[in-house]
Amino acid sequence: MRIPRRHRPLLASVAALVALYGVAALRYGDEGFFTLQVFVNLLRNNSVLGIVAVGMTFVILSGGIDLSVGAMMSLSSVVIGVLIMECHWPPMLAIPAALALGTAVGLGMGCIIRFTGIKPFIVTLAGMFFARGLGFLIHLESVSIYHPHHEWLALLAIPLGDPESRETCLLPITAILFLGVVLIGAYTSLFTRFGRNVYALGGNEEAALLMGLPVGRTKISIYGLSGFCAALAGTVLTFELSSGSHIEGVALELDAIAAVVVGGTLLTGGVGSVFGTLIGVLIIGIILNVMTYEDFSAGLTKVAIGLLLLVFVVLQRLLTRGAARPA
Amino acid sequence: MTPDGSRLAGLRGRWAAARHSPVFWPLLALVILLLYNIIFTPNFARLEIREERAFGSLIDILQNGAPVMLLATGMTLVIAVAGIDLSVGSVMALAGAVAALLMTEHNQSVPAAIIAALAVALLVGAWNGVLVTYVGLQPIVATLVMLVMGRGIALALTQDQKVRFEVPAFEFIGTGAVLGLPVPIFIVVGVALLVLLVLRKTALGLYIEAVGSNARAARLCGLRVHAIRLLAYSFSGLCAGVAGLIATADIKEADVANCGLYLELDAILAVVIGGTALTGGRPYLFGSLVGAVIMQTLTVMLQMRGVITEHTLIIKAVVAIVVCLLQAHAFDRILRWVPHHFSGGGAIPGSKRLAPEGNRAPTSEDVGHPPTRNP
Repeated sequence: MRIPRRHRPLLASVAALVALYGVAALRYGDEGFFTLQVFVNLLRNNSVLGIVAVGMTFVILSGGIDLSVGAMMSLSSVVIGVLIMECHWPPMLAIPAALALGTAVGLGMGCIIRFTGIKPFIVTLAGMFFARGLGFLIHLESVSIYHPHHEWLALLAIPLGDPESRETCLLPITAILFLGVVLIGAYTSLFTRFGRNVYALGGNEEAALLMGLPVGRTKISIYGLSGFCAALAGTVLTFELSSGSHIEGVALELDAIAAVVVGGTLLTGGVGSVFGTLIGVLIIGIILNVMTYEDFSAGLTKVAIGLLLLVFVVLQRLLTRGAARPA
Repeated sequence: MTPDGSRLAGLRGRWAAARHSPVFWPLLALVILLLYNIIFTPNFARLEIREERAFGSLIDILQNGAPVMLLATGMTLVIAVAGIDLSVGSVMALAGAVAALLMTEHNQSVPAAIIAALAVALLVGAWNGVLVTYVGLQPIVATLVMLVMGRGIALALTQDQKVRFEVPAFEFIGTGAVLGLPVPIFIVVGVALLVLLVLRKTALGLYIEAVGSNARAARLCGLRVHAIRLLAYSFSGLCAGVAGLIATADIKEADVANCGLYLELDAILAVVIGGTALTGGRPYLFGSLVGAVIMQTLTVMLQMRGVITEHTLIIKAVVAIVVCLLQAHAFDRILRWVPHHFSGGGAIPGSKRLAPEGNRAPTSEDVGHPPTRNP
């Protein structure tokens, strides 16, 4: 069986995940690396990164890049905090408001990119500054959130596994949201008109345009989607930390890009999948987990993530050699 | 035509030429910004001479802006060869950490520490260059890796600690003064002059422009595209190293977690403001320096007006977008479109549908960027 060239990066990622999980499970077997609980924790600990990465997948698939996601994520967490604690909004209103703000900022960036032709890179860079500044303008410090409804939301969970056995564990709302976003994202990218437009746009913008696809509208929506995902990640962050935080989400965009790339999506656009991003997030999650087990310093962890990203992009480069290469 | 008339015409021609030079808008912005501040911000223009040394906001702008100006110098060359270097902030931290560790824990002399730190910075830049050229990675990714790893290595070297030092000879780089002016200003001027000289007086400037405008054409002309790109990235690393030494000497400690954080963004914005196209092409070094000074002037002005540092981010963002808008040909279109539209002689109905965004008139940025296809 011949594997189509465009699936090779994804297969490499899956192989890496299996190998990594296997090695980790062998090494830490006695500490229970192979249990359901560890896997649920993996999902839970990386839900913020994962949700952001799904939005980033669409952006990268379309051949763009969104550097504002980390800042947007912490902005929306601060907005939720301030709306609940200082404006006394119920969380059921505050969360949609934050999601709307994230989407609006994303759409705004999309409009600038679409109507002026300024590179996404520079627009979202400015967007990142803007979102960070706006966050500090709204509230100078991080806000702690205490609200019964918010707490109730944060503690929502689905029990997993056989209730009789010892293996039972809870799938918390953060992990549910992460998996939900992955599923919806995968469906959107594969089976909707919008998803196909995204792939077409990333494959060859000019061709997409000549085919009569709504390139402009798609472009704007993509950045809106990424903004929405970042805001949703901010919501998840408030569930995790019970606070709106300025500190979290620094350099999150890098981790998100790394997750997307490690998941087999080509940075040139047009090739990749949301499912791959899930794999990428899990790979990064496992590495972070192993680093914690091994008691590595923060610096070495960064070096490891960097090396991982490097290995994968070089691998991608070798696997797709001969395909479209920049001059 | 009277001599007066011809002189006027000459002036007008020169004015038009100046107006279309990419350096015109940033320079105008800087002049307006400075004039505004001199008039409306109290104490902005005040210069004092104390202990044979000048003090004042204008000096502060140049001194504190020195690292960004150095980064922008290197970044100009990288962007001119159609690349980008996101790692400069991390390289600053790394160079500072190397120098500080050598001086404190290994008791090395100041020159040895400086040379070692610069060598490390150069090496990191060359590594970026090799990844971009010979390995063929996208510049954003290759330097993103180094952005993450550089600071990681620096953190690992210093074991997450700040490294304090008391070495007057080294601190001189950051806080010293010559002829009443801070040393960093001289370093920036020296580096910038050197680069300007190389760009103007040797063929290298032309080569860089050729590689950035159309790499394939440059290769077919017999230019060693990879070597030229490698040179640009290495130089950017070196500039970041110098900037890191200045920033470290300025605060007398290597603060790895914060040194140079987000400065890559300032540097890129400075270059963009300065008129060098992100798609590559002619480097406008002077424009980049003006851009860096604009960014720093904004920061100082807002600080003096009591705006919290964090809030200045919003203003920087707005400035960046506005400048890009001014330079994007979209702005020209809007200017043309508005009077056209309101004079009643609107566009042919439906013509907008037929001309979506990809269909704008070819600009200087587009020329030389053929769709990427297999050769």
